Amino acid sequence: MDTIKIVLAGQPNVGKSMLINAMSGSNGLKVGNFSGVTVEKTELCFEHHCHIFEMIDLPGTYSISGFSKEEKVAHNYLLNEKYDVIINVLDSTHLKRNLLLTLELLKLNKKMVLALNMADEAKKEGIEIDIKQLEKIIGVPVVLVSANTKEGVEELLEKVHEVADSQERIKSNILYSDAMEKEILTIERFLNQKGFKLRDLSNREVAIRVLFEDEELYTQLHDKPIMMELQPILLKSLQHLYTHHETKDIREIKANEYNAIVRGIHLETVKCQRNRGKKDLTKKIDEVLINKYLGIPIFLFLMWGLFQLTFTLGAIPMDWIDKVIGAFGNWVGSNISNNFIRNIIVDGVISGVGAVLLFLPNIIMLYIGIALLETTGYMSRVAFLLDGFFHKFGLHGKSFIPLVTGFGCSVPAYMAARTLKSEKDRLITLFIIGFMSCGARLPIYVLFTGAFFGADRAGNILFLIYISGAMLGLVMAKILRVVIFKGKDEPFVMEMPKYRFPSFTLIWHTVYNNAKSYVKKAGTFILGASVLIWILATYPNQPLLEKSYQAKIEKSSKDKAKKLENELKMKKLEQSYLGKIGKATEPLFKPLGFDWKMTVSLEAGLAAKEVVVSTLGVLYAIGDNVDENSNALAHELKRNISFASAMSFIVFVMIYLPCLAASMVFAKEAGGYKYLVYLFIFTTVTAWIFSFITYRILI
Amino acid sequence: MKLSELNKGDRAVIKKIDTSEDLKIRLASFGVVRGSELSVEAYSLGKQTIEINVEGTLIGLRADEAKEIEVKKL
Ligand SMILES: Nc1nc2c(ncn2[C@@H]2O[C@H](COP(=O)(O)OP(=O)(O)OP(=O)(O)O)[C@@H](O)[C@H]2O)c(=O)[nH]1
Ligand SMILES: [Mg+2]
Repeated sequence: MDTIKIVLAGQPNVGKSMLINAMSGSNGLKVGNFSGVTVEKTELCFEHHCHIFEMIDLPGTYSISGFSKEEKVAHNYLLNEKYDVIINVLDSTHLKRNLLLTLELLKLNKKMVLALNMADEAKKEGIEIDIKQLEKIIGVPVVLVSANTKEGVEELLEKVHEVADSQERIKSNILYSDAMEKEILTIERFLNQKGFKLRDLSNREVAIRVLFEDEELYTQLHDKPIMMELQPILLKSLQHLYTHHETKDIREIKANEYNAIVRGIHLETVKCQRNRGKKDLTKKIDEVLINKYLGIPIFLFLMWGLFQLTFTLGAIPMDWIDKVIGAFGNWVGSNISNNFIRNIIVDGVISGVGAVLLFLPNIIMLYIGIALLETTGYMSRVAFLLDGFFHKFGLHGKSFIPLVTGFGCSVPAYMAARTLKSEKDRLITLFIIGFMSCGARLPIYVLFTGAFFGADRAGNILFLIYISGAMLGLVMAKILRVVIFKGKDEPFVMEMPKYRFPSFTLIWHTVYNNAKSYVKKAGTFILGASVLIWILATYPNQPLLEKSYQAKIEKSSKDKAKKLENELKMKKLEQSYLGKIGKATEPLFKPLGFDWKMTVSLEAGLAAKEVVVSTLGVLYAIGDNVDENSNALAHELKRNISFASAMSFIVFVMIYLPCLAASMVFAKEAGGYKYLVYLFIFTTVTAWIFSFITYRILI
Repeated sequence: MKLSELNKGDRAVIKKIDTSEDLKIRLASFGVVRGSELSVEAYSLGKQTIEINVEGTLIGLRADEAKEIEVKKL
């Protein structure tokens, strides 16, 4: 089967990723209503008419002359890689602006199809586009599609086949401003007279590129004899352009010219019946949501609501899950006769994995919240609202996007920081993303707040934890800015997408994908870790200890025997490998009020934050001395840990190093392992100090 | 006058953009060039950021940048 390699290019937020999803009939690519959802090139293959379509999704880019890091990913790909067809995706409702990029893409001289996306919205807004006329002007096939309703998608697929097979291109009829056309004509005529020919370029094209000071062309031209005669003509032409545009900056002239062209194309091809409707809706919503005084309080209220719901709604199915897991454990326990296997499964696997699965409902709630933020268009508004505030802390308004992503998971958050243009802004943001507690830390908070505050207050405390984490992050950003990453400010310019009502399927897929990976992780990584923890907590065997206790137990009364048995369990646990590790490092954390079990859990949490909970689950299951009842772990914690220690533990978890996977991504994005070392020191020291303070105040 | 001096709801046409190279190009790719029309949609608290509407595209700008854009009120 033949493969057609297709790359999608377009401005941000025009629906490239969603279009690939629609074309391939899958839901693999992440979609969201703000600029900079896709920050890394992503590939996806599917079959169509006996061909393999290899689709490459690129980050959106406003123009081909780079700006931020993720846009460079797109440029590098478009300029340097091999591919067959470009699908240039445009937002039909913002044709003018989107065509600017199209003009630049045309210069690449590649096979291209224009996909005018968002046909459904255009229709609603009363925008009519003359496709035939547009094709005639641009000189490439144009298809009207909607990734949302899937209309035109099949036609687009057919067109891609056609274009991939075709050999020649239609000529484009793009006209520049009169002043520019005059100069183009002068130079073109001169080139024609000289019988000049360069590669597959027409002399008109050469003239345009020479006028726009295309570097590549100049290197090819400069040792050609024609340059001698061309130079004076060119100088005169440029002089004309300078006076016409009132600037000597050729990049600005080019920008002005391109804007004039698209204005012309727009006039010729777009009819707008009624310019109302959706735009007005966006305006109305903005009146409230980015209101000068209400904007930030509304945002805080929404966040508070989210954490309330995360706790209260999440708690409902939690009881059921807990009962099911408990019952399952008992059932498994009574059906396995081999002692070793039973213990490893019941106390290791089920306690560990169960403790993590218990929090799935909370995780789902959190992800629903984040998905809503991402898909409605609210995200960019909050960045707009917070820029002034962030700016005071040495951050950029756009940092808000990676920071919010960080509430879900730090890994995509580190990547999302690529949308920041200034390297210093980006590094500061990378360093403080960890302060935004990720979803994997949520179970720890829910567990501890549930145990120590009771259901009615836990939601508020949860909100408080997240907010204080974020505030601490801001303060740290300020310190980093003043002490290490000094430098000038980066301008804030950001497109505000129109509000979109997210479809149920879109939310569903975002949440489902995240929930799935959480469960998958519980079933694989966490399961493995739990077994490991169980083994480390059970071995080495201690026959001497056991024997001495056995003798004592036999001699004593029934009550006393039970007590002795528990004592034995604790002693054994303390002398296990894990116990030894914990005891050895306990002094480091003693000033924070942590016992060795908490210490070990924190250490295990360096692998993944879920492991903190699963480790506590295993440790207390092995050492447990009460019967299984609902929320056993929470009860155990409350019995064994003081309030001050628990709070200090929460604070430590809030601040210390994110998981192994995230740390690796951090090192990659920051540009070296040395940064990871800095991050480790930075977070650990901060965590230790703040936990210490918390503990000392509360004790 | 400067873009930052406009009030909410004002319409204006851009006379001159006096910013750094990079920003000029970025603004141009939003359709913000000499001669484009805009309206001011919103200000955040303390006029720190401004939301403008340029031919249907909503753009958030910091006041520092808005100061560098010369406009004529319509
Ligand atoms: N109504 C409608 N909305 C669409 C359509 N295509 C995309 N969207 C919405 O447009 C927004 C952007 O979609 P994405 O696929 O994330 O855009 P993108 O071009 O990949 O964006 P970046 O990765 O940031 O460059 C999302 O909110 C989509 O739901 C469409 O055809 N109709
Ligand atoms: Mg995308």
